[in-house]
Amino acid sequence: MKILVPIKRVPDPQTNISVKGDGTGIVTDNVKFVINPFCEIALEEALRIKEQQGGAEVVLVSIGQKVAQEQLRTGLAMGADRAILVLSDDELDAATTAALLAKLVDQEKPELVLAGKQAIDDDANQTGQILASMLDWPQATFASKVEFSGDKKDVTVTREVDGGLETVAFTLPGVITTDLRLNEPRYASLPGIMKARKKELKEIPLAELGVDAKPRVKTHKVSPPPKRAAGRKVETVQELVNLLHTEAKLI
Amino acid sequence: MPASRSDFYAVEDLLSVEERAVRDTVRRFVDDEFLPLVRQHFTDATFPTELTPRIAELGCFGPTVPTEYGGAGLNSVAYGVMTQELERGDSGLRSFASVQSSLVMYPILTFGSEAQKRHWLPRMARGEAIGCFGLTEPDFGSNPGGMITRAKRVDGGFVLNGTKRWITNGSIADCAVVWAKLREDESDPKSEVIRGFIVEKERAGFSRPLMHGKWSLRASITSELILEDCFIPEENLMPGTGGLKSPLMCLTQARYGIAWGAIGAAIACYESALDYAKSRVVFARPIGGYQLVQAKLVDMLSEITKAQLLCWRLGRLKDAGEMRPEQVSLAKMNNVSQALRIARVARDILGANGITDDYPIIRHMLNLETVNTYEGTEDVHRLTLGRDITGLNAFE
Ligand SMILES: Cc1cc2nc3c(=O)[nH]c(=O)nc-3n(C[C@H](O)[C@H](O)[C@H](O)COP(=O)(O)OP(=O)(O)OC[C@H]3O[C@@H](n4cnc5c(N)ncnc54)[C@H](O)[C@@H]3O)c2cc1C
Repeated sequence: MKILVPIKRVPDPQTNISVKGDGTGIVTDNVKFVINPFCEIALEEALRIKEQQGGAEVVLVSIGQKVAQEQLRTGLAMGADRAILVLSDDELDAATTAALLAKLVDQEKPELVLAGKQAIDDDANQTGQILASMLDWPQATFASKVEFSGDKKDVTVTREVDGGLETVAFTLPGVITTDLRLNEPRYASLPGIMKARKKELKEIPLAELGVDAKPRVKTHKVSPPPKRAAGRKVETVQELVNLLHTEAKLI
Repeated sequence: MPASRSDFYAVEDLLSVEERAVRDTVRRFVDDEFLPLVRQHFTDATFPTELTPRIAELGCFGPTVPTEYGGAGLNSVAYGVMTQELERGDSGLRSFASVQSSLVMYPILTFGSEAQKRHWLPRMARGEAIGCFGLTEPDFGSNPGGMITRAKRVDGGFVLNGTKRWITNGSIADCAVVWAKLREDESDPKSEVIRGFIVEKERAGFSRPLMHGKWSLRASITSELILEDCFIPEENLMPGTGGLKSPLMCLTQARYGIAWGAIGAAIACYESALDYAKSRVVFARPIGGYQLVQAKLVDMLSEITKAQLLCWRLGRLKDAGEMRPEQVSLAKMNNVSQALRIARVARDILGANGITDDYPIIRHMLNLETVNTYEGTEDVHRLTLGRDITGLNAFE
């Protein structure tokens, strides 16, 4: 089985983000970048499938600037077999990303695309879904469990939906997007890091894929969340209960 | 692009993608899996052996050993950033990995027979066998050449007698690299040479009592190795060893890792003190707003920055095969003594809180007393350097 895993380079969720003065985006100087956590979960799942099934190939794809090599190398160090970097200096919207991935699916012919449910930078939660519809493939989003049939042709996916779990099944090929509780990604080991040096990382200029990359969605403004107002000290429990009732309207 | 506020000169940018990746992996392991455990282990004077399989899985045992013997084939700078991140956790954790990598796997790789390498190195890389290094004796620390431990040639092997003291991992090790004097010609005292032997824990006449009462490096096992007519077969002699130079070569490797490790401990203390200084209000404002405290913090960051650049350069020299042992002495002496100073000043900045284990500082401060002493005391390195630059020996 061949599994395509798209991974996105995003700011480390642990770092403090500040917004540029002119509101066009976030300050990226001195910010550490990592693999989007949901993509990392997708990669971990792909690696587990590979380990369980033997013979599977895990191919990483990232679309972005050359620096995204670093995240691809990390993915290779975790155990992916090879990587493709589609080079683009521009911010791409979800539809364009999906169109580029669809092109790569045509070329690579994977049986499964395993993607994160969303990237933690723009929180769009669209790429997997748009890709499935472009390919006319079945999709299972927000996966918290992935199980294959004995002949590896069908897959059953448990999805985390509001207030419960839903189980869906489809016949491959298809698209699965991962939720937080699917697994806990491994770290790249030191031997893995050294092995990754020798693995293939192919770069493809965006123009070569023949996809119209003109953005359909434009970012108008980025603004930080409002500052939290300072707390207040109350003298008695009774006062607290009253305020929760009258001011906070929580009880 | 500095990854943290303790990388003032962006030394990060001088590292390769792989070196950064090694740092990130070890950093994550230390933050997520080691730091939550260390306080209890330090209190109980135990090492978290439950982490041994994880440390092995990450590849922290003998990472510079070639892949054919189970290592990762890392370069020395990557090894350095690994020890730095481990010691940001605790000097005991770094010691655990240092001893296994630099003092046990390194001599087996460098001086061992092919059979010894094939037998021990892959097991040690997988964490299935833990080793220790027995050089120091109760009466011979800074001058190990005076050691009393003797090996005597007998039918089929050797008999060892002697006592080693202050041996990291001793009681939990599966084997010890023991240094002892052997007469090539039993009737000629002048034929005596220091040789290295591998002694398995099961050998009759070999015991490894735990040492108690340490107030430093508590999250690390320290033991005595007692050899009483302990027989080991011929094949346990490491054939490439010969003279004091052999253990000293191992110490050069370990000291290299310690020079990097000390930066990790210093960073942990600096960052803790910096956070505290910015939030602790005394008199009119946060103490970080007073000139005296700022001067202390600036001094810490200056020393950390210098130490980082020193190690980076030392590592590049080592990878180029151009590093001299005296250069390692300078880095070990400087970085550890500065880290110890930083820890003491950081302790002071935290006031009373600085003496509690709610913060990592006092633990690092106590640990660094050991680190300043073992692997050549600060002054012994000073004398080594003094001899190097003057050509005059001040040791004796
Ligand atoms: C926790 C811990 C773990 C250790 N782990 C190991 C291990 O795994 N394996 C191992 O073999 N050893 C180990 N050691 C031992 C360590 O390497 C020795 O303690 C160290 O070499 C110093 O020896 P010493 O303690 O005998 O001090 P001494 O040699 O007695 O030195 C005492 C003092 O005298 C000074 N001094 C010595 N000579 C001179 C001189 N010529 N001129 C001026 N000053 C001098 C020293 O600088 C020092 O301040 C460990 C030690 C500790 C504390």
